[in-house]
Amino acid sequence: MKKKLISLMLAFAMALSLAACGSDSGSTSAPADSGDTADKSATDAAVFKLGGTGPLTGGAAIYGTAAKNGAQIAVDEINASDSTIKFELKYEDDTHDAEKAVNAYNALKDWGMQISLGSVTSKPCEATSAETYADRIFALTPSASSTATTEGKDNMFQMCFMDPNQGSASAQYIADKALGTKIAIIWKNDDVYSKGIHDTFVEKAAELNLAVVSDTTFADGNDTDFSVQLADAQTNGADLVFLPMYYQPASLIFAQANSMGYAPTWFGVDGMDGILTMEGFDSSLAEGVMLLTPFNADATDEKTAAFVAEYQNRFGEVPNQFAADAYDCVYAYKQALEAAGATPDMSAEELCDLMIEQFTSMTFDGLTGAGMTWDASGAVSKSPKGMVIENGGYVGLD
Amino acid sequence: MTMKLKKLSKTSRRNYLTYALVILAFVLLQILSGTGSISSSLKGMLVPICAYVVMAISLNLTVGVLGELSLGHAGFMSMGAFTGTAAAIALQNVIPIAPLRLAVAMAIGAAFAALAGFLIGIPVLRLKGDYLAIVTLAFGEIIKSIFNNLYVGMDSEGLHFSLLSDNTNLLDGGKLIIGGPMGIGGIQKISTFAAGFILVMLTLMIVFNLVNSRAGRAIMAVRDNRIAAESIGVNITKYKMMAFVTSAALAGAAGSLFAMNYSTIVANKFDFNTSILVLVFVVLGGLGNMLGSIVAAAALTILPEALRQFSDYRMLVYAIVLILVMLATNNPTLRSYLDRAKAAVTGKGRKKEAV
Repeated sequence: MKKKLISLMLAFAMALSLAACGSDSGSTSAPADSGDTADKSATDAAVFKLGGTGPLTGGAAIYGTAAKNGAQIAVDEINASDSTIKFELKYEDDTHDAEKAVNAYNALKDWGMQISLGSVTSKPCEATSAETYADRIFALTPSASSTATTEGKDNMFQMCFMDPNQGSASAQYIADKALGTKIAIIWKNDDVYSKGIHDTFVEKAAELNLAVVSDTTFADGNDTDFSVQLADAQTNGADLVFLPMYYQPASLIFAQANSMGYAPTWFGVDGMDGILTMEGFDSSLAEGVMLLTPFNADATDEKTAAFVAEYQNRFGEVPNQFAADAYDCVYAYKQALEAAGATPDMSAEELCDLMIEQFTSMTFDGLTGAGMTWDASGAVSKSPKGMVIENGGYVGLD
Repeated sequence: MTMKLKKLSKTSRRNYLTYALVILAFVLLQILSGTGSISSSLKGMLVPICAYVVMAISLNLTVGVLGELSLGHAGFMSMGAFTGTAAAIALQNVIPIAPLRLAVAMAIGAAFAALAGFLIGIPVLRLKGDYLAIVTLAFGEIIKSIFNNLYVGMDSEGLHFSLLSDNTNLLDGGKLIIGGPMGIGGIQKISTFAAGFILVMLTLMIVFNLVNSRAGRAIMAVRDNRIAAESIGVNITKYKMMAFVTSAALAGAAGSLFAMNYSTIVANKFDFNTSILVLVFVVLGGLGNMLGSIVAAAALTILPEALRQFSDYRMLVYAIVLILVMLATNNPTLRSYLDRAKAAVTGKGRKKEAV
């Protein structure tokens, strides 16, 4: 028994010392986990503290990690350049949960965040945007696309399309290019993102005389077997299946449709982005899948090529739209801060007023679109690009 | 004073100690936040901690005192969160005073959760042990599915309900309160730490008084030996139901408090994982030990946030700490040390009592 006790106490001591190490690095050199910026910010005290929350662990981690990596590349590029604006970036994990997101946001506030990148996913961002609004901290989210995120908040802006816009833009695109005559929709009815897109898609489809022949749902917990939904689409003769969902269930749908010999045209939205980098997924199943996304990693312009090369070099994979959105966010901030003549010693509140003024008046060119503008509601205006998956990569349509 | 304290039974002393510690913690935190010396991180967690503490105490009533394993406690929390918040939004113009509106909302949340507890209690309490656990688990999932498919709107003609899809057809100026999978959005944050503290105190009073009453002894008799209790004429169903419904009502109030601390709430938040999380608080704090539940709920809510510096390894470290704490608190050698230390503190005269 003595032995057991001693080993237990030793284990405790180990855990404690581990915790002590962690807190040391956490408090003395704050940007410990932002890697390369650490040495830069140490020499240059006058930096803007930029913070964001996103799912770095859990089911939606691919989005949070991509956004964090994209923002990190932009911050490092800016800090290495001769620009007078320098940033220090910190991302906190929110595991795609509103409660955790508020906790993460408060942790960032303790760190001294001056401007925010909001949250990566919609529902957490709705919760944190209420906090940034109350605290008067300006926020520009790379990818939280629901309308409730920006509704009624003058200091909350989006870099991505709003969900409703994605739905109607998809319907418009399908009608314009005559991609299908009979459309099936499979959507997740307990997910804000999926529902938002589905509702506006159905509305717009009715307006454009597109026939929706099958409209089936799934939910958290029964998202592994899609045979019923696929059979419904097949028996109703759908030649195009619209999938407003994230890539994980979509990967299963492709696999199951393949095994039952059903091969319609697949049409996805920006949540489909990332399916090619998913572990254990046979990317040949996604051949021919079309999706509407503002970012194309195969684009040949100089900026995109440089970003993709840098991202691949550092993180070993092709960046998705989330990474590009976050990258654009940082550059949009740089442009706005420069134009406003802001300095790092300003308080979050002063910066907030300046940023609202800048973002409603400026035009920004980034990876995810040229000539982007924002209106006072915080929504961005830019044009989506149609893409198709060919030979394991994204290729621009038209 | 000391004479008076000595006269009290051991349980009463323990109960007063619990009240005193909760009040002390509240006063201390109020002073600290008044002087601005606590971090925003901790400040933001105060209300959720209160909600989780109430959840843990109420579940302890079912698991520790009644002796039935419930795996669907988050379902009651969800019930309270949705009905309470919907009521708060609907009453926004009727009751302009926020604290009063919060109190009414929590009462409504508690009432609906109690009703759900009663309805689910009828079939569930006929079962025992594992079977009961599985049915409560199913109940939690059912509640989640219902709120994921429920639409409630309000306009000048009153409330409108619809299931599966939004058929509320609201008039101009109407507002969709519960939007199916979107949950409730745009909630006014009216929960405060003071309200949370009052709820915790109220919960403690209800639970302690119930446990120390004739009914409470009957409940524990059912737990300890069902057949013996029945043979001496204890109405098993009645007392089981009493504990179960009380537990559900308190969880409902906690849910209302929790929901109104965030601007948005979705049904998926109150899933199986949340039920298990609360069960972990109870088991870690000790079955039937309310003070233990309070400490465990507070500590395990703060712990993941305190471990943020480990970034990706945070939840791994959390799990390791949890295992170590479970091992340590159940280690007989360590326990006897603790008991001896306790006896030394409380005086030699009561040494026998402490064991």
